[in-house]
Amino acid sequence: MNFSLFNLLAQPDIEHPPYEWGDYFFPVQAAEGAAENDFIYWAILWISAVFFVLIVAFMMYFAWVYRRRPGHEKPLPSPSHNTTLEILWSVIPSILLVWMFYAGANGYFQSRIIPESAEEIWVTAQQFNWAFTYPDGDSTANELHLVVNRPVKFKMESRDVLHSLFIPAFRQKQDVVPGRYTYTWVRPTRVGTYRLYCTEYCGDNHSLMYANVIVHASEEARKEATKWDWDLFAQTDPVKNGERIYQLNCAGCHRVDGVRSTGPPLNEVYGTERSLLSGTRLGDENYIRESIREPNKEIVSGFTSPSQMPAFIQFNDDQLNWIVIYLKSLSGKE
Amino acid sequence: MSIEHGVHHDGLHGDHHDAHHHGKFIAHHFDSAEQQFDAGKMGIWVFLVTEVLFFSGLFCAYILYRYHHPEIFVQAHHFLDKVLGAGNTIVLLFSSLTMALAVRASQLGQNRSVAIYVLITMVCASIFLGVKAVEYTHKWDMGIFVRSFFQYDDHHHAEGISRYLILASIVPGALLACFGGLALLGMTSKGGFEKAFWGGMAIMVLGYFIGVGGGMFYMGMSGGEHYTPTELHHDIGIFFSIYYCMTGLHAFHVIGGIIALAWIYYRSLACHWRPDYFGPVDNVGLYWHLVDLIWIFLFPLLYLIN
Amino acid sequence: MSNPSLAQQYFGHAAQHNYLNVSKGWKSWAFTLDHKRIGVMYLIGVTFALLLAGVFALLLRAELFTPNKMFLSEAQYNQMFTLHGAIMVFAFIIPSIPAALGNFVLPMMLGAKDVAFPRLNLMSFYLWVIGTIFLVIAMITNSLDTGWTFYTPYSIRTSTGVVAATFGAFVLGFSSIFTGINFLVTVHTMRAPGMGWFQMPLFIWGLYATAIIQVLATPVLGITLLMLIAERLLHIGIFDPKYGGDPVLFQHFFWFYSHPAVYIMILPGMGVISELISVYSRKKIFGYSFIAFSSVAIAILGFLVWGHHMFTSGQSELVTLIFSAITFTVAIPSAVKVFNWLSTMYKGCIALVTPMLFAMSFIFLFGIGGLTGLFLATLRTDIHLHDTYFVVAHFHYVMVGGTLTALFGGLFHWWPKMFGRMYNELCGKITCLLVFVGFNVTFFPQFVMGSRGMPRRYARYDIEFEAFHQWSTIGAMILGVGVVIGFATLVYAAFRGPRCAGNPFGAATLEWQSSSPPSFHNFDHKVEFTSPYDFSTQVYDEELDSYVHRNFTAPAKPAVPVQPQSI
Repeated sequence: MNFSLFNLLAQPDIEHPPYEWGDYFFPVQAAEGAAENDFIYWAILWISAVFFVLIVAFMMYFAWVYRRRPGHEKPLPSPSHNTTLEILWSVIPSILLVWMFYAGANGYFQSRIIPESAEEIWVTAQQFNWAFTYPDGDSTANELHLVVNRPVKFKMESRDVLHSLFIPAFRQKQDVVPGRYTYTWVRPTRVGTYRLYCTEYCGDNHSLMYANVIVHASEEARKEATKWDWDLFAQTDPVKNGERIYQLNCAGCHRVDGVRSTGPPLNEVYGTERSLLSGTRLGDENYIRESIREPNKEIVSGFTSPSQMPAFIQFNDDQLNWIVIYLKSLSGKE
Repeated sequence: MSIEHGVHHDGLHGDHHDAHHHGKFIAHHFDSAEQQFDAGKMGIWVFLVTEVLFFSGLFCAYILYRYHHPEIFVQAHHFLDKVLGAGNTIVLLFSSLTMALAVRASQLGQNRSVAIYVLITMVCASIFLGVKAVEYTHKWDMGIFVRSFFQYDDHHHAEGISRYLILASIVPGALLACFGGLALLGMTSKGGFEKAFWGGMAIMVLGYFIGVGGGMFYMGMSGGEHYTPTELHHDIGIFFSIYYCMTGLHAFHVIGGIIALAWIYYRSLACHWRPDYFGPVDNVGLYWHLVDLIWIFLFPLLYLIN
Repeated sequence: MSNPSLAQQYFGHAAQHNYLNVSKGWKSWAFTLDHKRIGVMYLIGVTFALLLAGVFALLLRAELFTPNKMFLSEAQYNQMFTLHGAIMVFAFIIPSIPAALGNFVLPMMLGAKDVAFPRLNLMSFYLWVIGTIFLVIAMITNSLDTGWTFYTPYSIRTSTGVVAATFGAFVLGFSSIFTGINFLVTVHTMRAPGMGWFQMPLFIWGLYATAIIQVLATPVLGITLLMLIAERLLHIGIFDPKYGGDPVLFQHFFWFYSHPAVYIMILPGMGVISELISVYSRKKIFGYSFIAFSSVAIAILGFLVWGHHMFTSGQSELVTLIFSAITFTVAIPSAVKVFNWLSTMYKGCIALVTPMLFAMSFIFLFGIGGLTGLFLATLRTDIHLHDTYFVVAHFHYVMVGGTLTALFGGLFHWWPKMFGRMYNELCGKITCLLVFVGFNVTFFPQFVMGSRGMPRRYARYDIEFEAFHQWSTIGAMILGVGVVIGFATLVYAAFRGPRCAGNPFGAATLEWQSSSPPSFHNFDHKVEFTSPYDFSTQVYDEELDSYVHRNFTAPAKPAVPVQPQSI
């Protein structure tokens, strides 16, 4: 815990998260439009600084020079209104405001007009995780993989409440609204890892609803990171396969340390009597399969119906088996 | 009138601070009856503005949903009975007339006339609520609730008297018994003030049952004829959400109006109104006209689509 | 007060029979219709709300000292920031200056005996009490975790006490509406003879503009909250996407009220500052009509900018563009006020006492708050800064740096009038210094954090923000100490401070023509209208230790008729 002023002015000497820190005021500029955003920001900052310094300087100067003291017990004669002055100090700032409005609107429209060449990534937000589905059908949870210099359009939907997708390094933000689609786009210009936050308050674990954005140098590298290599899976340990599927699809809502989050924890599912709203049932293979494919059929006690969980109908039998084997390994029961 | 005011005004200005020159109903912090009247008048107008804005949120919701889902509104309005709606509109318009007459009478200091006109106004308000109760409960019988509880079932309606209607009539029934009893007690005492007041209240509540009876009679006459849709829009409940919100809020204001009118009725019986003091009648009258006016907007917006 | 009998001649004989001791017992307070007592009760109430919400703020800041959990779970943190916001906004800031200070000062500034509708005034106060109790009940029983904005659909889904809290806010809304109606009518009908619209003190203009907003905007909040309650209890499907409703519609309704409400919070503060700067510079306010009109302009423009809270909500680009443009226009009247205050100080005779120091600190803090608003009105930068700590810092600079400083300045200024006793100047200055320093240390780092992308309403955060958060927490503690010292100073002064005369600061507005504390009827003599900013009429009288009108001359003989009808 080090909070000396020095640390504020320099980069703090702390353990870095897996993304880049940038300069003092801003994260790195990693997408088209970021530089323009920062330019407008600095321009407004300097204009404001000039006005602010003048205001405070005049205030302090007047307060000192005209302070009440022996020998100065009456105000000096001065006019109590001056229309020319009033108009002047209304009009001059107005001109600057018009520029700010113009520059801001211009930049805004550039950030809104989606290039036709953009690839489309489907973003699904729900308490408290992000899922990304790529044009080739692959999907990832809480990790967004992009290709440098390739414009990408996000088509976003929410399964429950309001969320907002915010990538500081890209200077881009858009709310995700249940019941409709919202859109935004980015063109990453820099390879690296950045943070993605949810910036619209969405419930208990709002502050844990973040993801990493990984910008790859090439399409191949992206493919490598996102693909579900089923052949590779088949040759390895089925427990590992199940864990991989869990990480990519389930970890956002289900924990495996016995702690309840959006959904019930999964480490004790297999081989125990499940307490459901409709009664009890043994957590066997069929129960797990059904829970994945028809999440609404039976709800665990303590959770509300209908379930917030989407139906994962895309898993094939192998994949479902791996999940079952993985859960079995967690519970340690036969 | 204006000359009288001027004379009165000057008379008061002879000495601002002499309490003896203050009229009986001039509050201590006002200099003159005129100032008090102006303040009350402006206060009620500003209050009416806030009332209009209060309803405006619902009107905005109405406009938005009608703009986005016109088909829902066209289909749903068939469930509303135009004749009952129009009847209620006439009742309210008539009550506005009697209210205006009450204000005029109070300006002339004719307290007895004020009491009669205000009583008629209250009875009209109760009739309105009675008809509204028939309309509401008839819909509830058919499962026409707000959006999430909406489960329309045409076969469910109209066998005997609706249980919902009986439930809705418990409070008016109790009030009727209560006021009637108090009026009877008042008969025994001297003076007749209590008799007149509680009797008036009982007559007012009776209006509710007149409304219920009239509404049910009409329903029986029209043979419970129903709009039978081929296929209901799945979001049709939104219309009824808006319908219940708007008419419910309006009905709430009618009840508030009745309470205010009862207060005016009481003070009329106590002969409080004079040509230089009638502000409360005037202000409650303005409020009542606004309640009517809102209904004048609600009726075509909800009942007369197409 | 060295010569009581002389003071009686000038200020009336009320010092012995003032509004505080005219009647005794709790009933004489609980059922009072006197605007001064209602103002004092409001003051006690809003102070309680401020301290309660302030404690929440300090707990939040303490939790944020480290990136990971210290003592609040995520759910507890969310409930705490919600109650901090809801109580601060609805129970403290909105009623603070208008209902507490305004109630006391407005009728007296107009030379009236009371507000137009004293019963309605008392009812406002009790509605405030009921509304606050509902908020506190929500807090104690089932808590509330929606944020003070109650955004749908989360507020429909959450299991916490949304209905109790929204009903509380609904009732508080009516309290605010009734205060607004009362003030509007009082200003229109009860000005002292001779006081035209443009001879009203600027604090009255501020309150008048505020009342317009209260009356026109608050009903929309009322119906919105009712619809939200209906949505939660009955699922009427207007805001709930599950039933075909539109959650963004709620945001439009909510901000249609809540943006103007921001000006409910700041306009009275600006009015106070206009008074303070003029009185303590002993100089006629510069550009009176521009300040007056700028208040009304802000009130009107405030109704047209609500969409700027929703630039990233998915509303259409054209709508966004229009709201951005109108938002910039609000900057002009705000800037005009600041320039006029500076010009008032120019060549003045400035007493650097506590209220004036608060006024100067207001200019400093409101300057930052206002200028950082430009970043948020500019569309491109708002996309980046929206819902980050930049926004948090911005509105705290306006609402706390603005309103709280103005409230403190106003309290120190009118305290001698309210209680007839003087505060300790040194303690006052210490308060001002601690509040100023603490405030800046708390919120300035948040601008940087926000620019770097730190989202708001986060119980946990990435380690890169740790140093900023720690600075912020330290500042909050300083600010907390400052506020406590401030109220301790005032409370001590009210009971034990040295007695003072009717007009110790030489102010020319009408309330200073009464004794301190004022009599039950405010003025024992006929109020003589004088220009509110003509300080040449006020001359210091050694014997009275107070300023008196220059036409007043002590009679040669000891006064027998103790009740002069005019000054």
